[in-house]
Amino acid sequence: MARELFRFKGGVHPPDHKAESNARPIHAAPIPRQLVIPVRQHIGNPAKPVVDVGDTVRTGQLIAAADGTISAAVHASSSGTVVAVEPRVLPHASGLPDLCIVIDTDGRDEWVERTPLDYRAMPAADLRMKLRDMGLAGLGGAVFPSAVKLDAGPAQICPLLILNGGECEPWITCDDVLMRHHADDIMRGAAIMRHLLGSTEVLVGIEDNKPEALAAMREAAARLEFAVEVVAVPSVYPGGGAKQMIETLTGRQVPSGKLSTDIGIQVFNVGTAHALARAVLHGEPMIERLVTVTGHVLRPQNFRVRIGTPMQTLIDLAGDREGATGVLMGGPMMGLVMPNSHVPVVKATNCILVQSRELFPAPPAALPCIRCTRCADVCPAELQPQELFRFAKAGDFGRAQEYHLFDCIECGCCTYVCPSHIPLVAYYRYGKSEIWAREREKRAADLARERHEFRQFRLEREKVEKAAKLAAKAAAARAQAAQDQARRVAPATDAPATATPDAAAGGTGEADAKKAIIAAALARAQAKKAQSAPKNTGQLSPEQQRAIDEIEARRAKIRELARKPLESETENP
Amino acid sequence: MTDTSAPGRDSVTRIMAWVLGALVPGIAAHVWLFGPAILITLALATVTAVAAEAAMLRARGYPLRPFLFDLSAVVTAWLLALSLPPLAPWWLIVTGVLAAIVVAKHLYGGLGQNIFNPAMVGYAVLIVSFPAQMTQWAGPLELTGTSLTLNESATLIFGGELPRARLDAVTMATPLDTLRTGLLQQLTVDETLRQPIFGTLGGVGFEWLAVAFWVGGLILWARRIIGWQVPMAFLAGIVLAAGLLHFADAGRYGSPLFHFFAPSVALAAFFIATDPVSGATTPRGKLIFGFGAGVLTIVIRTWGGFPDGVAFAILLMNLAVPLIDQTTQPRIYGETRTGREPRA
Repeated sequence: MARELFRFKGGVHPPDHKAESNARPIHAAPIPRQLVIPVRQHIGNPAKPVVDVGDTVRTGQLIAAADGTISAAVHASSSGTVVAVEPRVLPHASGLPDLCIVIDTDGRDEWVERTPLDYRAMPAADLRMKLRDMGLAGLGGAVFPSAVKLDAGPAQICPLLILNGGECEPWITCDDVLMRHHADDIMRGAAIMRHLLGSTEVLVGIEDNKPEALAAMREAAARLEFAVEVVAVPSVYPGGGAKQMIETLTGRQVPSGKLSTDIGIQVFNVGTAHALARAVLHGEPMIERLVTVTGHVLRPQNFRVRIGTPMQTLIDLAGDREGATGVLMGGPMMGLVMPNSHVPVVKATNCILVQSRELFPAPPAALPCIRCTRCADVCPAELQPQELFRFAKAGDFGRAQEYHLFDCIECGCCTYVCPSHIPLVAYYRYGKSEIWAREREKRAADLARERHEFRQFRLEREKVEKAAKLAAKAAAARAQAAQDQARRVAPATDAPATATPDAAAGGTGEADAKKAIIAAALARAQAKKAQSAPKNTGQLSPEQQRAIDEIEARRAKIRELARKPLESETENP
Repeated sequence: MTDTSAPGRDSVTRIMAWVLGALVPGIAAHVWLFGPAILITLALATVTAVAAEAAMLRARGYPLRPFLFDLSAVVTAWLLALSLPPLAPWWLIVTGVLAAIVVAKHLYGGLGQNIFNPAMVGYAVLIVSFPAQMTQWAGPLELTGTSLTLNESATLIFGGELPRARLDAVTMATPLDTLRTGLLQQLTVDETLRQPIFGTLGGVGFEWLAVAFWVGGLILWARRIIGWQVPMAFLAGIVLAAGLLHFADAGRYGSPLFHFFAPSVALAAFFIATDPVSGATTPRGKLIFGFGAGVLTIVIRTWGGFPDGVAFAILLMNLAVPLIDQTTQPRIYGETRTGREPRA
């Protein structure tokens, strides 16, 4: 088929190491004696446990329910007894424990009743809810809840559905063998996706280093009643990234900060399509997946594994060898270093890569960046990794964000080509987590500041209210005083005119006359005072007046205090 | 670190080794055309550079092993040595290398931190300080008919005396100098070019040295050690600027072909302007950097007071790198120049 393909920018060609594990048939791993099943295996809210210690559970029974829209339920991978609901160390980069449901299996593997769904007859929303409750999450690596991705949004239609069989990461072959041996189930899953998304075109992108998978998928596509085009795409890492697959097949780029559905495209991993078919057509929740066990083991191969199986069990099955130096979950480019080999397989575990000194020699010490820009040449996000590194290292996270740090997909191409052997992706992860931490801190600080500001405002308001009350009181008192004085002074003001004749009249009102003279003097003094008083105090507001009064009162008090000791001294020599 | 992305096989040492290897054709041509003196210059420069590098690493408290073996100091030494007159006295070479390694490289923070091209800083220091010694080139064997033996060269370089006649027999002005002198003497370019030092493409002998540098440069490009942007833009800048001048007044300005086949231009285009540390990093930035350096080289050659303009052109463009990089940030995946919309 001569479909025009497009070359995304960047990418590298690391040795693919697929042949080690893809030739052997899929082997069903035995159910281990104990399963450790984390409640957080997907992106979004962790599931909420619905079982208690001591409960007996059956295979496929719900043990933790989805919490909110972006979440996925968790099920018992086999029948047995819940022996613990507690934090355990998980396959996560942090190595931090998270809540797990631990089941001692009974070896009988008794299923709950499985009811296939007639997806064509169900309302789409109900079906999606059902899928969420069956724990469907993307098996390509990001483990995003599938039910959310199967919602085409307000448009109700997503014209192009892409099944991603790229599997570009070296060493991993679980999608390869799945396509070889279960192509029909994958296509059935595609039919359900197509139904939910209203897609009119279905493409399957498979890297051309998997000819057997391509052939099997083409055969399966030919048996379908709708058109599915299986396209061989060039093997370039990270050609299996969703955005890269979209560009390779359509020549279009997902706008920065948007979703592929915004341009009418949705991408699912082939493993997710298979799991969807098992869930809908067979009523099986997501309790198992294919896992490649490869690297430093005797018989690298793919296992069908129940979620919660310890990784070491699988390594033993594949033939443990002396000289292992560590375990990666995923491939060498994007994989995570496991805290130990006993952490459980989760929905995201596509590969267990056992490292040895021969296969993965310790990288030489990092040298300074020489700005050769080989990283920029291979960056599929078309970033300037050397600048991001410089900013992240210098702690200049603002600039790092300006240079689109969050568009980095952490594919590791830059680290792969860096001649100075700088662990670039580690710096970007560090930068991102620092920015997240600072944003959290900033939010907390904002909250604290708002609280503080409100407190200040409240205190101010109370002060004003109090002041207003005091002012009212003072004004009332002054009004009273003024009234009193007015009553006293009123006769005195016109006294000079009348007093002299009175005095001249003699005798009768000597005391009155004296009083009148004093009053007149007071009046003159007052008039004089008024004249010499500062001009700008003429029109005092009640508040200013109150402030002045307060000050005067304080001064008076101080004067009084200053005089007192003297008095006491004189009194008590 | 949780990062597992495996580093590949590339290394700074490998890159530097390829650069050194690509210089070998040029060195061979040098020996063939001008005699074995360059080998002494190269050896002296290398020893000085490695010693200075080790001393500076020790002084700055850095481990010797990874940094000495990255070969970057040797590359600097060779590039400077190849820019100097082959019969330059030992102290000139040592001074230049020390200026390059100690000042331009380590005082600016060492590998990856220097904003100026160390070899060009060394060259600039020398040409400003010792202009006389910097112009005394050995003439091409083809014209002089004789060249100094290794012994004679060593004697001359390390301060010994040679008979005046012997010295005069082997040294002569470079074609670029001859052209400048000719212009000062009011000769036209045509008249100057009739002098024996000029051959079919450029200077006799010098043109073959240029070809040898071209060969090395193309090897580096084929091996993806260098990109095409800087050399092509640099050469474009040279040809365009020289071509415009030549077109305006062919009597006064040499043809672009003459500049194109000058060894200094070839060395600069493929080995010096391509220094990643002090150069621009964005694709468009590399074009601007190379083009600017090319144009400035011609401008300085034409109107400047020094016999060659490459070093100052590169240093001036080094200064502009932060601005160039900042203003030429490329579009990222999923973004257009006008906004965040899909391509296609």
